[in-house]
Amino acid sequence: MIVKRSKLSLWERLYLPAIVGGFKVTLGHFIATLFKGKAVTMQYPEEKWSVPPGYRGAPYLVRDQDGHTKCVSCQLCEFVCPPKAIKITPPGPNGQPVDRANAEKMPREFEINMLRCIFCGFCQEVCPEEAIFLLKDYSLTGQSREEMIYNKEKLLALGGTHAGVQKWKHKLEEAREQESFPVET
Amino acid sequence: MDWNFILFSALKIVCVIIPLLTMVAYAVLAERKISAFIQDRVGPNRTAPPLARYVPVLGPLLTRWGMFQPLADGLKLFLKEDFTPDHVRKMYFWLAPAIAMIPAFLTIAVIPFGSVLGGQQMVIADLNVGILYTFGIVSLGVYGIVLAGYAANSKYPFLGGIRSSAQMISYEIAMGMSVIPVFLIAGNLNLSKLIAYQATHGWMVFYAPVSFFIFLIAAFAETNRLPFDLPESETELVGGYHTEYSSMKFGLFFLGEYANMIAASAMMVTLFFGGWTLPFLGLDQTASNIGMGLAHIGVFILKIGVLMTLFIWVRWMLPRFRYDQLMDLGWRRFIPLALANILVTAVVLWMRTQPA
Repeated sequence: MIVKRSKLSLWERLYLPAIVGGFKVTLGHFIATLFKGKAVTMQYPEEKWSVPPGYRGAPYLVRDQDGHTKCVSCQLCEFVCPPKAIKITPPGPNGQPVDRANAEKMPREFEINMLRCIFCGFCQEVCPEEAIFLLKDYSLTGQSREEMIYNKEKLLALGGTHAGVQKWKHKLEEAREQESFPVET
Repeated sequence: MDWNFILFSALKIVCVIIPLLTMVAYAVLAERKISAFIQDRVGPNRTAPPLARYVPVLGPLLTRWGMFQPLADGLKLFLKEDFTPDHVRKMYFWLAPAIAMIPAFLTIAVIPFGSVLGGQQMVIADLNVGILYTFGIVSLGVYGIVLAGYAANSKYPFLGGIRSSAQMISYEIAMGMSVIPVFLIAGNLNLSKLIAYQATHGWMVFYAPVSFFIFLIAAFAETNRLPFDLPESETELVGGYHTEYSSMKFGLFFLGEYANMIAASAMMVTLFFGGWTLPFLGLDQTASNIGMGLAHIGVFILKIGVLMTLFIWVRWMLPRFRYDQLMDLGWRRFIPLALANILVTAVVLWMRTQPA
C-alpha cells in the first residue's frame, strides 16, 4: 500500500493551527475537570464499582431460609475445583449431627484458600445443594497466607442467608403432597 | 578578600538553592496535577503525613492538592536501591547525573532575582558578561546527557545521548543568536542593566518578539521538553539516556530537567519580561525597604511560575517532532530567522542613529 503524503501548505507548516487546536482541546478538558468535576477517576476505596448481576466474585457458603447449613459435605466442589482451593473435612462415622432435616451430614470443616481460588464458578455450578455461591466480593486482602484461608464459620458468615433459593422446602412440600395424592390401584 | 562579600554571597547561594530545589519539587507536582486535569484525571490527592488529616480544613485540603506528594517522592528516590548495572562505564556513570544537574544551578547565579534586600543586591554574581556566562554554562548541560548515554553502554541510552548531542548543539546556535538583538537594543551584556533598561523603556518582548519566539522554542529544545524530548522519548527509546539509571541518580536527571526549565524560565523573564519589575504600583524602582524587596522577589517567582505553566502545558498539548523535522526546524528555519532578526534589528538601530 502506498500512503499518499500530501505537501503541507505554508499555513500548516507554521504549526500554528495545530498548536491553537491543541490548546483549545487541552484547555477544554482542563476547565471541565478542574471546575466542573468531570474527572473520570473513581476514588476507589471510598467509591466502589456497582457489581452487575451474575458477577463471579469470591465463593462463599450460604445458609437456607431457616439459617441452617446447606452444604452436605458431598465434596463435589472439592473434586471439581481446578486450582484445588477447596478442602472439605467430612464429619466421619461419628461426626456431629446435621442441623436440618433432609440432610445426612454436614462438613466438619470447609476451607477455601482464596489465594488459590480462580473465581471460575465450577463449585457453584456443580453443587447439588445450591450451598456455595460466587458472591460479589472482589477485593480480598489479608496480612498473611493463613489469613487468606477462609474456614467454614467465616464462609458462612460472609455468605449469609440465601432465602430465595429454597430447594429442600419445595422438595418437602412436593413429597408431602405425594403422600396424600390419591393413587389409583 | 572582602569577608563581608564572601559571607553574603554564601548566604545568597543558600537562599537561592533551597527555594530552587523546592520549586523543582513542586514543579513536578504541578506537572502531575496539570497533566491530570488535561487528561480528565485528578492527580495525586492521597499522600499525607500520618497526622495531617486531624488538622481541620487545612490538612485535608493540602492532601487533596497533593502538597505532600513531593516529600514522599523525594524520600522514595533516596531510599530506592541504587543499582549499577555490570556493563556500564563506572566513572562516567557516576559523573553524568552530577554534570546534568550542576549547569542548571550555575545558570541561576547571574540572574537578578530581586532588586535590593537589606542593602544587598539580589543577584549572586553581577557579571558584566552575564549572558555569555549563561551560554557557556548552558552548553555544558549537554555533556551530562551525552555522558549518561555513553556510560550506560547499551543501545537505547546511546541513541538518546546521540540525539541529545545533535539536538542541543543545533538549538544552542539559534538560541545564542536569538538574544543578540536584545543586547543590541539594550546596549549592555549585564543582566541587571538589562532589567534597568526594561524598567524605563518597557519589556523587551515588545521590542524583539521574534527573538522571544526563537528563544522560547530553543529553550524547549535545550531542556528536552516535549515537543523536543527526543533524547528521552519513552515510547521509542525506553527511557532514553537515563534508561540504566535508578534511585537518586535517576532523580538527579529528573530534578536536573526541572531545574533547567526553571533556569530557562528565569532567563526568559530576565531577558524579555522585565525581570523582577512590574510597570505599575511603583514596582519598577529599586526597592527602598524590605517589603518592596520581597515583593520584587515575589514578582520574579510569579513570572517564572507563569512560564513554567507554559512549559508544562505544552508537554501535554503537542506530540513529539520527528527527528528530521526537529533538525529541519532548527537549522533551516530558526537559524536563518535568527540571523535575519539580527540584521533587521541592527539596520533599524543604525537608521535611528542617522541624522534625518
